[in-house]
Amino acid sequence: MPLNASSLSVGDTHSEVVVENLTRTQIVQYAGASGDYNPIHTDTPFTKEIAGYPSVFAHGMLSMGMTGKMLTNYVGDGRLTAFGVRFTRQVFPGATLTATATVEAIREEDGQHFVDLAVSTTNQEGQEVCKGDASARIDA
Amino acid sequence: MADEVTFPVEAGHIMLFARAIGDENPIYKDAEYAKASEVGGIPAPPTFERVWAHWDPDYSLRPKPGEPWFGSAAEATARPQSADEEDDGGGSGRGLHAEQRYVYHRPVLAGETLTARMRPGKTWTKEGRRAGTMTFSEGIIELFDEAGEIVITATTVGVTTSRAVDQ
Amino acid sequence: MADEITFPIEAGHIMRFAAAIGDENPIYRDAGHAEATEPGGVIAPPTYAIASAHFDPDVARPLPGRPWRGSGAEPTGTPAGPGTDESSRGLHAEQRFVYHRPVLAGETLTVRRRPGETWTKEGRRGGALSFREQISEFFDADGDVVITATMVGVTTSRAVDQ
Repeated sequence: MPLNASSLSVGDTHSEVVVENLTRTQIVQYAGASGDYNPIHTDTPFTKEIAGYPSVFAHGMLSMGMTGKMLTNYVGDGRLTAFGVRFTRQVFPGATLTATATVEAIREEDGQHFVDLAVSTTNQEGQEVCKGDASARIDA
Repeated sequence: MADEVTFPVEAGHIMLFARAIGDENPIYKDAEYAKASEVGGIPAPPTFERVWAHWDPDYSLRPKPGEPWFGSAAEATARPQSADEEDDGGGSGRGLHAEQRYVYHRPVLAGETLTARMRPGKTWTKEGRRAGTMTFSEGIIELFDEAGEIVITATTVGVTTSRAVDQ
Repeated sequence: MADEITFPIEAGHIMRFAAAIGDENPIYRDAGHAEATEPGGVIAPPTYAIASAHFDPDVARPLPGRPWRGSGAEPTGTPAGPGTDESSRGLHAEQRFVYHRPVLAGETLTVRRRPGETWTKEGRRGGALSFREQISEFFDADGDVVITATMVGVTTSRAVDQ
């Protein structure tokens, strides 16, 4: 269901748990689906011994992809006009992520309504893992 | 990345991709449902753009037969990198994805063929508390449809750290 | 396992499957090259039929909000209980394909699965072994069979000694 400018207010939020207890299997699945086979995501000996991390960790794009699920659920399919994030912290197996969109602005350009959203995804410790913004076309 | 990568947007691939990000929206797997929606077909999820990597013959994060790989088999190994290679952190495993943004000019639908073209953006360095010296580099990928119209602009910021980031 | 599934044969999927098995044959990724070959187009590699699993709604895969037996924070996401041990001791014992003709990218196949024979055997390394056969037939748009695949699964009463 697309959003309506008349029923939205600055400060409105939409939040979803986008993954609970992230598994290594899902990370492998994402590697296969996306084509990014960087071993720091799936290969424990390499990641510990060579890269120096405590464990494999999720692709930033997996976190962003899951965050995008929250966005399309909120604004509707095919409505996004922009989406950008910074990856502020690594996401390790076992993570539970909550993605939140907050309405920053509602605007009109050439008769078309848009919403600007702040986007934030946090882990089970409340630490932010992605932070950014998105814009979408909305109905009047 | 190769100068130009052309790839088909396939319905089955969209289904697999949506599954990997845990998105159970029926628009990504049910053609009838998608047809009746506003977009009128199966759309690519917001971050699907990246899959051009599968079609890029030069993509450095995919193992290729007979070429050195960084990862573990019997042993954990780094991969020697030439000076002119785009630095993906392959030598050290310390290349990280710092930032990603998209501008969507219109929804992309299954059945289309897209062409991705990449150009370098800015590069800069910064001293970080948790990671030592950080070198950032931007890459801009534009995706064009068969009519030559731009459909997505994607900006990637990669960072290479001088040591593993402290947790 | 669903009794019947629809399996679209996509060129991109064939390309990724070939890459995953390290097969650099251009027939799997270069339509121009493939057109000039005897099959006349991009074809599915021999074991590609297995990838029909992606299109089977009943195949085990991680799903949002549902337990999964792989590791997240803990070594298993599935609580211990009946069936847990058995499912982790199922192994692929045997696989056979019969090819009635090459499968080309762009086709849509219908897969029908049926159980085959079952038998048991006493093994030295894995205790009692229960074998179970499953037969999958792949039909084209004309209803002709193009591939017959037979999978033999084995469940052991304990982990196989190394």
